[in-house]
Amino acid sequence: MPLTPPAEPDPEPKMNWASFYAVISGVNRHSTGIGRIWLSVLFIFRILVLVVAAESVWGDEKSGFTCNTQQPGCNSVCYDQFFPISHIRLWALQLILVSTPALLVAMHVAHRRHVDKRLYKLSGRSNPKDLEQIKTQKMKITGALWWTYIISLLFRIIFEVTFMYVFYMIYPGYKMIRLVKCDSYPCPNTVDCFVSRPTEKTVFTVFMLAVSGVCILLNIAEVVFLVGKACSKHLHNAGDSTMGAWIQQKLCSF
Amino acid sequence: LPFLCRWASLVLSLFPPYKHSHSLVTVLSPRMSWPALYAQLVGANRHSTSLGKTWLSVLFIFRVMVLVVAAESVWGDEQSDFTCNTLQPGCENVCYDQFFPVSHIRLWCLQLVFVSAPTLLVAMYVAYRNHRDKRKLLQVCGTKGLDEELETLKKRRLPITGALWWTYACSLVFRLLFEAGFMYALYVVYDGFQMPRLVQCDQWPCPNLVDCFISRPTEKTIFTVFMATASSICMVLNVAELVYLVAKAVNRGLCDQRERKSCSKERMRNRTNQRSLVST
Repeated sequence: MPLTPPAEPDPEPKMNWASFYAVISGVNRHSTGIGRIWLSVLFIFRILVLVVAAESVWGDEKSGFTCNTQQPGCNSVCYDQFFPISHIRLWALQLILVSTPALLVAMHVAHRRHVDKRLYKLSGRSNPKDLEQIKTQKMKITGALWWTYIISLLFRIIFEVTFMYVFYMIYPGYKMIRLVKCDSYPCPNTVDCFVSRPTEKTVFTVFMLAVSGVCILLNIAEVVFLVGKACSKHLHNAGDSTMGAWIQQKLCSF
Repeated sequence: LPFLCRWASLVLSLFPPYKHSHSLVTVLSPRMSWPALYAQLVGANRHSTSLGKTWLSVLFIFRVMVLVVAAESVWGDEQSDFTCNTLQPGCENVCYDQFFPVSHIRLWCLQLVFVSAPTLLVAMYVAYRNHRDKRKLLQVCGTKGLDEELETLKKRRLPITGALWWTYACSLVFRLLFEAGFMYALYVVYDGFQMPRLVQCDQWPCPNLVDCFISRPTEKTIFTVFMATASSICMVLNVAELVYLVAKAVNRGLCDQRERKSCSKERMRNRTNQRSLVST
């Protein structure tokens, strides 16, 4: 082995989750209260736990995977057969994909602000104070923004559920087994291979699964809240319209 | 010049041997890589179209983040866990070198650096325009406390017309060329996007044909396919942006032509009216 200087602890990955946090938490201003709770749960119970704890549990997953044979290559092949993709990578991908729909909302808000700025300029109010006010104004979740928000929530739920399903397909039962039996080439016959830290891995898998479930529930609650709010607003405003009156009549009859 | 310095230090810091040995790199920027790149590009982003801004988000979230957070740990042990079925010293090194001339991670890092570079063209042109306009302003008005005007000059968003349009279109074309070039290079060097589990090698000093086993081939295949997909999405966004710019320019040209025609018609009408007035 060539002599290499000891690797310095690389702050890059942590720095990148931090810059990711900066990007995503900017969206926070336009979320509902439940959305902010979801974001906090995401960052504290999933990203932080992933970076601080889970990565060191899975750190030696390959080097600690030992097979009962001295045949070169048998270790690699058996590891590849039983762990096509590591839990850590799946969780990192899940977290990245689940956070991206929030950017849809951010893009929509930026587009609306751009449109408002243009309207202000056309109507003659090109005061820098007014334009600043547009930037700091909190957008109300109505109209097209409501639809964008709902779509982003639905995508979040779909991604979460998909990843949980993928997890279940690759690692049935969410439990990490202590021993796997393997007989791919070049292993001479059926060899016993031992997984490192199976109990700790099971504990963290169950934890991340539980938090994922909590996040799905929060997202569903947010969807219900937004739909409920929109319905109540329509009923309130539809005092004159026939549809509103009909709905009110039906509700009153129950 | 500051752009170029940071760019050079960024490229150097991507190659591990230089990280530890080259003192110039540590002087310039020990850990300035992806966040610094992000800061540079976001600054140049102000003059992009909305497709350009989408492209930048896709680049950073689905390519740089995934590369740093996930892919680097998958390829981390690629050489140490490359085992050959022989005790012959040097055989593993030689076989690894034969099958992996450049690692995927380094290819992707280079691809991301090259693909982000054309945005600098746009940033440099905008800086040049601002400098030129500042000079004009100072010449015309002298130094009569024009801080406000200079501030508006810095903060304004230039419309994408004229020379800026050409610079922007060139940068898009270069981006596309670099993306396609790197994807082709990856495909050619590794014979497709799939990582085999076993390679057979008979370079000297390996005694005869030996089996060599690659670590985590399935995970590597998954990430290679993911990065290839993200790269194609970026290419599609670039093509769409180019089409949009060309369409906008054509539209503007037609509008200008129509205006010129209507102006010349007006002038003709005025002239005939005048002639008729004079003749009566």
